[in-house]
Amino acid sequence: MNIIDTLVQGILLGGLYALFAAGLSIVFGIMRLVNLAHGDLIIFAAFAILTITSMFGLNPFVSALIAAPLMFAAGWLLQYFLLNRTLGKDILPPLLVTFGLSIIIQNGLLEGFAADSRRVPLGSLEAATIPLGAVNIGVMPLLTFLSAIVVIVGLNTLIYRAPIGRAFRATSDDPVTAGLMGIRPQRIFATATGLAMVVVTVAALYLGTRANFDPSAGPSRLIYAFEAVIIGGLGSLWGTLAGGVVLGVAQTIGATINPEWQILAGHIAFLAVLAFKPRGFFPRAVD
Amino acid sequence: MTLLQTHALTARYGDFQALFGIDITLEAGETVAVIGANGAGKTTLMRAISGVLASAPEQILFEGQPIGALASPDIVTRGIAMVPEGRKLFPSLTVEENLLIGAYGTKGSGAWNLARIYDLFPILKERRHSPGTALSGGQQQMVAIGRALMSNPKVLLCDEISLGLAPVVIKDIYAAFPQIKASGASIVIVEQDIGHALKVADRVYCMMEGRITLSGRSSEVSREAIHAAYFGAGVHEHH
Repeated sequence: MNIIDTLVQGILLGGLYALFAAGLSIVFGIMRLVNLAHGDLIIFAAFAILTITSMFGLNPFVSALIAAPLMFAAGWLLQYFLLNRTLGKDILPPLLVTFGLSIIIQNGLLEGFAADSRRVPLGSLEAATIPLGAVNIGVMPLLTFLSAIVVIVGLNTLIYRAPIGRAFRATSDDPVTAGLMGIRPQRIFATATGLAMVVVTVAALYLGTRANFDPSAGPSRLIYAFEAVIIGGLGSLWGTLAGGVVLGVAQTIGATINPEWQILAGHIAFLAVLAFKPRGFFPRAVD
Repeated sequence: MTLLQTHALTARYGDFQALFGIDITLEAGETVAVIGANGAGKTTLMRAISGVLASAPEQILFEGQPIGALASPDIVTRGIAMVPEGRKLFPSLTVEENLLIGAYGTKGSGAWNLARIYDLFPILKERRHSPGTALSGGQQQMVAIGRALMSNPKVLLCDEISLGLAPVVIKDIYAAFPQIKASGASIVIVEQDIGHALKVADRVYCMMEGRITLSGRSSEVSREAIHAAYFGAGVHEHH
């Protein structure tokens, strides 16, 4: 009974990690860009939601709806004017620039919001649960998991069904030939990062309402995102959910044994997957 | 009416100069062949016209407008589409998606759409859900030609479409050209295969070492003149 509860909590926690990972995954999948500032952008979005919520007295879900287009625009501009200049044969410039960006975002947030731990208030929904047989399921963890599924289905539909998704994949394959089709790779990349920032906003909503966060919380979120992407297999969005669930379950099991082992157990699960399936569970066939 | 014109077009890759003042013209409705040996500069010429390589604005005129400095997405939007050397299909896309993406930069309709491309190359309809790169070389070339036609170009640039294909397959592909011409497109064919080039082209330019060494109507240029222009006068076949 207790083990079922642990598993369910772990699986639902995996939804949050999948949301962390999905944005990282599409940016890497389309541009081969490893965004080391991804975790800090999640924290940045969480502060944006917090600010909108407290400033206008809005429900955090409404605040996230307002933050999403702003984050899309910020991502578009960031990619178009900064990150596009780092893309090329050399893989080092994007790493250096996004690492610098990570420091800038952390210190900017520290300057603007101080080092205090914050939380997006959600009222009675925070503790609401649904009794489901033997286990009680938290409404917010359930919503997090369902949102992860909706985000992944939505992204897959966009990438594999919509014209813009064809352009994403074609540009990812060969930007020069994509140009011959009338595609402007620079704008396609900007749109992809904008889209990733919308996913980041969704992740930030659930992160910010679930747990405390502060300006320095980004890098550990980046680690979870990386681990989920790699466990799932590079390039597969459903893989990020699988990776998130593996991490989440490992962490809740670890925490049940000993609360100090929660984080460690996640990393050990990651290393175990890396040792036995170095390419993850669902690596993309092409590549 | 002159549709496309290059004027003293030059191109270089770093220190290496690939084109030395190329002047060619393409009239509306015409098919022109550019022939020459490997390394003559034919592909460079196609890359310059299609905007992959930047040139000085006035070095390339299209419908009287300078287009030399435009990037490739602007060139295809204006009506010049390219079938690139080596086909360059997108491996992540199916055959049908490869065709559809050809129309990405152009709005509105014209003679060519998915149904017309499938009429032209029926085998592609059968294979439409396969990954583009799972097809045979000849079928991939059909996809590359169809993809370029999907933008309903005024000018179709075909770079080495017979390269690496069996003669019978080349014949199948060239059999599509009368229909492409009939749709109103003007065509530039870059070839090493002189026989096929002369058969479909109204006029021919021969290139060697980055220069035009011969030009004339396909029916009027002699094999001897082409041979001299292709390999250089005075060079013997036996070394």
